[in-house]
Amino acid sequence: MIPSLPRPAWLRAATAFYAGAFLIFLFLPLAVVAVFAFNDAPYPAPPWHGFTLDWFLGNDPNGRLGLFHDAELLGSIWTSCLVALWVTALSVTVGTANAFLLERQKFPAKGVLSMLMLTPLVIPGVILGISILAFASRLADLCADLFGVHADFLRPGLPLVVLGQFAFIAAIATLTISARLKRFDRSLEEAALNLGASHAAVLTTITLPYLRPALAGSAAIAFLMSFENFNTTLMLVGADAPLTIMMYGRMREGATPVLNAVSLFLMSASAILALTLLRRRRNASD
Amino acid sequence: MPEGAAASAWYRRLTLALLLAPALLWLFGLIVLPHLELAVLSFRERVAPREYQASLAQYHAFFSEPLYWHVFARTALLSALATALTLLLAFPIAWIIAKLARGRMSALLLVVCLIPFWVSETVRTLGWMILLRESGVLPALLVHLGLTAQPVELLYHDATILVGLVYTSLLFMVVPLVGSLESLDNSLIEAAYDLGGEGWSILRTIVIPHAAPGITAGCIVVFMLTLGNYLTPTLLGGKNSLWFTEQIYAQFITRFNWEQGAAFGFLLLALSTAMVWLGLALSGQRFGDVMRRV
Repeated sequence: MIPSLPRPAWLRAATAFYAGAFLIFLFLPLAVVAVFAFNDAPYPAPPWHGFTLDWFLGNDPNGRLGLFHDAELLGSIWTSCLVALWVTALSVTVGTANAFLLERQKFPAKGVLSMLMLTPLVIPGVILGISILAFASRLADLCADLFGVHADFLRPGLPLVVLGQFAFIAAIATLTISARLKRFDRSLEEAALNLGASHAAVLTTITLPYLRPALAGSAAIAFLMSFENFNTTLMLVGADAPLTIMMYGRMREGATPVLNAVSLFLMSASAILALTLLRRRRNASD
Repeated sequence: MPEGAAASAWYRRLTLALLLAPALLWLFGLIVLPHLELAVLSFRERVAPREYQASLAQYHAFFSEPLYWHVFARTALLSALATALTLLLAFPIAWIIAKLARGRMSALLLVVCLIPFWVSETVRTLGWMILLRESGVLPALLVHLGLTAQPVELLYHDATILVGLVYTSLLFMVVPLVGSLESLDNSLIEAAYDLGGEGWSILRTIVIPHAAPGITAGCIVVFMLTLGNYLTPTLLGGKNSLWFTEQIYAQFITRFNWEQGAAFGFLLLALSTAMVWLGLALSGQRFGDVMRRV
């Protein structure tokens, strides 16, 4: 019931209890991950053996190898960053082009195309992965048969991972950017053109600055979604594993708390990204 | 100035072509053609090394091998159950955010609910594993409280998979629900109350019909994501998870039987698309609107 209607005391209490229980449910898994990153024991499990920073700083190749000395993990973080940067650049660029295409251009079958742009969002990630894998290896086989060229970038590996993630993240960027472009007041552009500005000048000094919040927002979301992607990546990955794949592999083997340390690092990074984005949004709306 | 007009028409066409090129490359190169390739793969059969013929053998294998379609049906059922549970858990919290909390408190509560979903699913699943495994936090707590004599294994059950799936899906339910509940005018509820309606009947006749678009949008997305999930069922369910995406992975990557894997992929895609379509048809919504809601 809403506040303006009488609510019995038991209902108020039940509501508060539910909200509390819900928040505990949400944060409990994250809290235990963070806490056990500092436990002085070889496994992330109770009981508590005391506080240690070994899982961050440890440098004993036969014993505790902390996050900052675990070359394999650091390498996979770097791989994820590299992939995410490529995916972000591609998605924001193509998303912007798509926004102008959908909001500013008229052409036959536009409705079909704009519908098609949403389909990547309803294709399960695993299927997107296998379809791109199958198509890319068909192309690679064709290259080998027709031209005798070994197109290794079409075999499982980072280029395919980038393409696979881009395939659906571009759809999200398109939605975000075209939603903002739709609200743009075109008389601003017309005024500038009447005053003698060139089309290029109008684009760079008026339209793109207006789109900047949407561009920054979709870049942040693209980076995060790429960094965290698992399903599509799993099907397309080659020898270099991004962080999520590496963590999955180690979790199946029963890992040391160094995974908790990486997770804590990821949580902090996400929190910083989220806060920056929220502050930006608040400033933009003020 | 006919020359100028011709030049500007040419300029306009060039712009259109330049804007169309990336969209077409993206959609045809990474979505349409790969799925056609997948369809071709699923409708052929290997008769000799590097020799194939058109056949329905892959789909026949799916229906004649009980393990395959059992896992498929099980995945569909558990996904539907997870969707229903997510809706039940998310609705009260969405109500609290949209109707009970005020101003800053409401915004704060929504942000707090979204925070866990900025963290990778891998990390969240690791948290559940630490909580639930036999040597984990909750079994130790149960022993400490004297509820069980020995630590019990809470991982690798269907219920565990459900908890994990519901947990990962909450965000996609809470956001559209809050959106559709916020747009419900409080005076409608007050009017219903003044006319003698009470909690349950107001919920059924006023609130749910109004929130239907949000409910459908949330359910469609949650079902789809649950059906296609791989990480949560395999890590929380272990060898007992029997999730259909795992079968696809096994055929494609482990056994290198791409034809069978492609057929499985198509069946999963068909189920997922059918549910999306059904959801839209039942609530009379357009696909584009639903996708913008989430």
